Amino acid sequence: MKRILAIETSCDETSAAVIEEGNRQLSNVVASQIKSHQRFGGVVPEVASRHHVEQMTIVMEEALKEAETTYEELDAIAVTEGPGLVGALLIGVNAAKAVAYAHNLPLIPVNHIIGHIYANQLVQPLAFPLLSLVVSGGHTELVYMEEPGKYEIIGETRDDAAGEAYDKVGRILGVPYPGGKHIDEMAHKGNDTFHFPRAMIKEDNNDFSFSGLKSSFINTVHNAEQKGEVLDKNDLAASFQAAVIEVLVTKTMRCAKEKQVKQLVLAGGVAANSGLRAALKEAVEMTPTIELVVPPLSLCGDNAAMIGAAAFVEAVENKQIDLTLNAQPGLSL
Amino acid sequence: MRILAMDTSNQSMSVAVTENGVTLAEQLTNVKRNHSIQLMPTVERVIKDAGLTIDDIDRVVVAKGPGSYTGVRIAVTVAKTLAWTKSIELVGVSSLKVLAGNTPQDDNLLIVPIMDARRGNIYTGLYQFVNGTLEQLETDQHISAELWANRLSARKETIMIVGVDAVKHQEVFEEKLQDKVRILPTFQQLPRASVLAWIGAQAVPEEIHPFVPEYTKLTEAEEKWKEANPDDKGGSLVEKY
Repeated sequence: MKRILAIETSCDETSAAVIEEGNRQLSNVVASQIKSHQRFGGVVPEVASRHHVEQMTIVMEEALKEAETTYEELDAIAVTEGPGLVGALLIGVNAAKAVAYAHNLPLIPVNHIIGHIYANQLVQPLAFPLLSLVVSGGHTELVYMEEPGKYEIIGETRDDAAGEAYDKVGRILGVPYPGGKHIDEMAHKGNDTFHFPRAMIKEDNNDFSFSGLKSSFINTVHNAEQKGEVLDKNDLAASFQAAVIEVLVTKTMRCAKEKQVKQLVLAGGVAANSGLRAALKEAVEMTPTIELVVPPLSLCGDNAAMIGAAAFVEAVENKQIDLTLNAQPGLSL
Repeated sequence: MRILAMDTSNQSMSVAVTENGVTLAEQLTNVKRNHSIQLMPTVERVIKDAGLTIDDIDRVVVAKGPGSYTGVRIAVTVAKTLAWTKSIELVGVSSLKVLAGNTPQDDNLLIVPIMDARRGNIYTGLYQFVNGTLEQLETDQHISAELWANRLSARKETIMIVGVDAVKHQEVFEEKLQDKVRILPTFQQLPRASVLAWIGAQAVPEEIHPFVPEYTKLTEAEEKWKEANPDDKGGSLVEKY
């Protein structure tokens, strides 16, 4: 198994990539639908599916061209089977099956979350045992990996995902979807003056909760509105971000030390948050036994390169499948 | 010319391989199964049953909608990807026209294919055989069954309603059109890929990359957006990097 064409369509990005040996990215083309969904303040599944059909073959063609790769040089097709939006996943899965059949190539289904973790393999080799903090619009999970191919969710959100909370707070602050990037920027100009609650920070488990924080944020804004007060939006953003990051970093570090991991691996869309990256870096500096691995910004959001990287591990695990492959919107690790 | 044709617009699924107008193999299933699981294995099997490989196929013909959004997208994605990846021709045919093609070739008949679209609405169109060619008289549309029947009531010709959902709306049509309405026997109501291949053989191939399903309807979110933002010029909604 040398070269893989990987496909990812789990949410609002249509992506194809060519990956060599699991760690070398020859191409990674991403067609983002953010502008389309900005009209509605969030991802509309049916709109996402329609865009995927428009983009799928164009994106695959560009990925192969950029990688200067022919079908004869490919050894497998990899595709995200889940979790994600079912209608969106179906486009990637069916396109992958068609290419695999047409060129008689093996088909490797990949779990999207594992993809996010393995995005880091494109930066440096993963070392085990490791702990990965997966944070995105749909996920907030602590995944423990004792060895390659072995995944254990040892902590997760009990309500909203961290990225979801960012999007909702973004709407209240009046910034475009997705809110994370804008809140991150505003946070740097403000101060944590509101001291929002740090939910579950002291509890003796690895789980998270962000809906209380979101409610507290909404209440603060509404109360001020009723009194006719104007709150500093940068301070609001800074206070919200401080609460999210403190909980994520504190609980993640505690868990990493307990498990005595070699690496702490950041993954998912929220991994692009500069506040979170800086806070983790600082926390790890005080714990020299743990190495922090942070993906480059280009590999934080959804992309097919990470699916290609993960596919090499899945192939070793013999996860190959026939043409009956289907989308698994609720797939767990 | 060897054609691979496929239709997954609604509950039934049909795949066929034809050679110069002759059907070599055809599969039709009408049990509730999952198109996403079944379509590719069925394509593989039908091509094999025809004694061919994908390399022998010259053209892929697909039913491009209207119908179930997800269903239509599955066949369109598979057809589009196969055509692109093998550099062969692609043709899209209205899923309603495929149904219309089940009707006997009688030039005096008006053909009205029907798919249920819930809440009294249907996807429908108006077709007629003219010297053995199936012609489209009105564009496919999403419309209330009552309104459509009313509009057709001005016509003098016999009207044949076609499709598994036709029976659901038969009463409405009979009320407005009385004895001008006929309905095809049940065994002729399912869309067949051999009919699709026959229609698609006569069409000019599409450009592959821009090819998308014919939904005949914007998504609800987009309809509301358009209402609220009548001046929105659209423009590129997808950015590549």
